[in-house]
Amino acid sequence: MTTTTQTKTQSLLAPILGMAVIGLTVLLAVGHAQSATLHDAAHDMRHATGFPCH
Amino acid sequence: MFQKMMTGALIAGIAAGLLAAVLHFAFVQSYILLGEQYETGELVHFQTPADHATEDHAAVAEHDHGSHEHGDEPSVLQRNALTVGFTVLLYVAYGMLLTAGFAIAAQFGRKITATEGALWGLAGFVAFQMAPGMGLAPELPGSAAADLTSRQIWWWGTVVATGGGLALLAYGRSILTVVAGIVLLALPHVIGAPLLDAYYGYAPTEVGAIFSSRVLGVGLVVWVVLGWLAGRQWDRGAAA
Repeated sequence: MTTTTQTKTQSLLAPILGMAVIGLTVLLAVGHAQSATLHDAAHDMRHATGFPCH
Repeated sequence: MFQKMMTGALIAGIAAGLLAAVLHFAFVQSYILLGEQYETGELVHFQTPADHATEDHAAVAEHDHGSHEHGDEPSVLQRNALTVGFTVLLYVAYGMLLTAGFAIAAQFGRKITATEGALWGLAGFVAFQMAPGMGLAPELPGSAAADLTSRQIWWWGTVVATGGGLALLAYGRSILTVVAGIVLLALPHVIGAPLLDAYYGYAPTEVGAIFSSRVLGVGLVVWVVLGWLAGRQWDRGAAA
């Protein structure tokens, strides 16, 4: 039983971490990255969703 | 499992992002454009409409409107298409974070349904928009704000502290976790957001106020829908 639980926990750890890392990376890129191109492209969305923009 | 989670997050994020884009153009975009007219000097605050009619535009053009430049202006269609694209991307990212949260909750034996998902969406709105907005109100173009990096750091700190505080309040089982949750919720506001010593924004406060209200109103609706959809997808995936 313990082994089954451990296996289940381990098997979910990777997808949870994967989702969180990808989600945070996208969030950083679209909301916070200050490259001029990204900033200009995401400008209206950043203002309209409460990110500190410029 | 990853594929199931990603599919659910994508479906919920894209749907919520498209709803956000519709609401953005219905309620918010016109105020961004109005704020930019003040930012560029096309409109000038503290003038009555009669004054404005006789305004010397050369003088307005000389007005120093800060160092912010938007570079080559894209066409309206291109600009709005980018806004739709980035809004969808943003809510996909939020959908992924919610889904990762559902998976963690499931590890602790919590069953996530659409209703529970909507509550998570509400919490997401509080953590990602309302609590940061209480220190750093959604910025209308043409308003003034403190140093960007310090604002971004405070924004992230507030998101993490508020999210953690809400999780402790919602799922904690002892008085200690309740106290810790309240402390976490209050902490960013006790520290305080980076603010200016003096305000010198070009846009009228009336425009900034309705802009901020609308941003938060749209955010609330979209977050609840996102949470509901992500919860529903999660529930279906877990049952399958």
